[in-house]
Amino acid sequence: MSGRALLEVEGLRITATRPHEVDLVRDLSFAVAAGEMLAVVGESGAGKSVTARAVLGLLPAGLRVSGHVRFDGRELVGGTGAAHRALWGRRMAFVPQDALSVLSPVHTVGDQLALAVRSVRGVGRKAALEQAVAALDRVGIPDAARRARAYPHEFSGGMRQRAVIAMATVNDPDLVVADEPTTALDPTVQARILDMLAAFREQAGMAVVLVTHDLAVAAAHADRVLVMYAGRHVESGPVHRVLRAPRAPYTAGLIASLPARHAVSRYLPAMSGAPATAGALPPGCAFAPRCPAATDSCTRHEPEPVEWHDGHWASCHRIAELPRRTADLFERTGT
Amino acid sequence: MTAPLLEVRDLVVRYPARARRTPPVLAVDRISFTVAAGETVALVGESGSGKSSTAAAVLMLRKPEGGSVRFDGRELTTVDERGLRALRRGVQPVFQDPHGSLSPRKAVFDAVAEPLRVQGRWDPTTGPARVAELLDLVRLDRSVARRLPHELSGGQCQRVGIARALASEPKLLVLDEPVSALDPSVRAGVINLFTELQDELGLAQLFICHDLALVRHVAHRVAVLHRGRVVESGPARQVCDAPTHDHTRELLSSVPAFDHLTER
Repeated sequence: MSGRALLEVEGLRITATRPHEVDLVRDLSFAVAAGEMLAVVGESGAGKSVTARAVLGLLPAGLRVSGHVRFDGRELVGGTGAAHRALWGRRMAFVPQDALSVLSPVHTVGDQLALAVRSVRGVGRKAALEQAVAALDRVGIPDAARRARAYPHEFSGGMRQRAVIAMATVNDPDLVVADEPTTALDPTVQARILDMLAAFREQAGMAVVLVTHDLAVAAAHADRVLVMYAGRHVESGPVHRVLRAPRAPYTAGLIASLPARHAVSRYLPAMSGAPATAGALPPGCAFAPRCPAATDSCTRHEPEPVEWHDGHWASCHRIAELPRRTADLFERTGT
Repeated sequence: MTAPLLEVRDLVVRYPARARRTPPVLAVDRISFTVAAGETVALVGESGSGKSSTAAAVLMLRKPEGGSVRFDGRELTTVDERGLRALRRGVQPVFQDPHGSLSPRKAVFDAVAEPLRVQGRWDPTTGPARVAELLDLVRLDRSVARRLPHELSGGQCQRVGIARALASEPKLLVLDEPVSALDPSVRAGVINLFTELQDELGLAQLFICHDLALVRHVAHRVAVLHRGRVVESGPARQVCDAPTHDHTRELLSSVPAFDHLTER
């Protein structure tokens, strides 16, 4: 990474304390530079959403955070939460999966956006509403002045998500954390919204952390990608390197099992087993029981991230011995 | 040429108005397609395109307003209750939500045995062996028989759902987005299972899906639905590789292409 990162996460550990202690995220480190889009990719239970919420300071009670989260050099872990409050809305903003969870049903979309403006800037009602309409217009809501007077339930799912993105970005934050922002939407709507977010990000120069379970979404929009499994780092680096030449078998398997556009066989290369869950992790590398390349030593020690190539890191004991085309590990091995 | 196993012609499904002074919703507007024995036909479209309403009509869960649904030589829209019960055995659904389609209080063994018991085909001496056989068929370890759904992963639950469907010895499976709720690393395994079952048992499949890239893999033929109508249909590879309708192109381009990134 060149220069100082906008967001630095170092040795992050997130622990659920009830009913008994379970680590949801362990030893996680990554950084996001200003203006960069990082995709955090993982399956259910990989720890990607709690990581996003730890960055934002929005973890539910009962989860304990240790390690470091630094935003523009300032430490956000520990303390009273005042550090986070000073950043929310101004410098760091959140786009959740479910737009209705952050929109009030009893206020118009325009009023809610105007409130977001007024909570940060000392402007009058009228000026705030004008900025709100401009923000709706920027995210591609047609006839924004009229739509600003509508209530969230009068918007379609895609339009609601656009409104939430408008609200998150109305005060020009430096970082937007989006947790599966388009997962609940139709694929064509999903593509349009992600394109809009990507274009908007470039224009405004903001950094984005995009949490997704969909590698294809990461491939299309992110600069860098962080792949997580069972709460740990699996692979990270420039998106084209990681997806074109993955070094961790888990990443390779995820890519290999996607339907290819020109494949001939009706069978897909498939991974065996099911994702590991926190609290019931196998010993050693959590992916070892499903990994076609695993050896005895994989089940004894957890692998640490190793830099394979300029900025491309992978956590795998066998990184140096794997075939050049790691996808070959997953040629149809059955179901 | 023999008659197709399933023949849907000019199907119309309409839902009553949700509020006064609003018109009823025409969900399916004269859709026609066929599925031959041993064939996989995909219905592709966005939410609201009418694909699930079509599936509901084929499963006789919703009476269509017009058109005909012929299965195995019998007209489903006019058949009486008794005839319907007999025909239903031949058409079995697999739903999207793997946990939601199983009773949380019923162990896997009972969930798989239930269709046999309901249909009066349960034999206490051979039944348990039949359940074990069905679990083998969906590649589940026999030890899961004693477990409850919450102790299983999403992929395992979906396999239990498939075993339940197979218990009736159907000729046609109606698969309504059967993998979209599953984790990416287990999707391919379940997709392959459908293909294997077809090869082993000669099952016909009506595959409802919004992902054209996946459809190209699993289906022989595809019908693309848009606002309740078929806008394009044909062999799956032809439709996906050389789409002729704008909406098909839009569906294809909305799935970010991977092939240019990976060396395949």
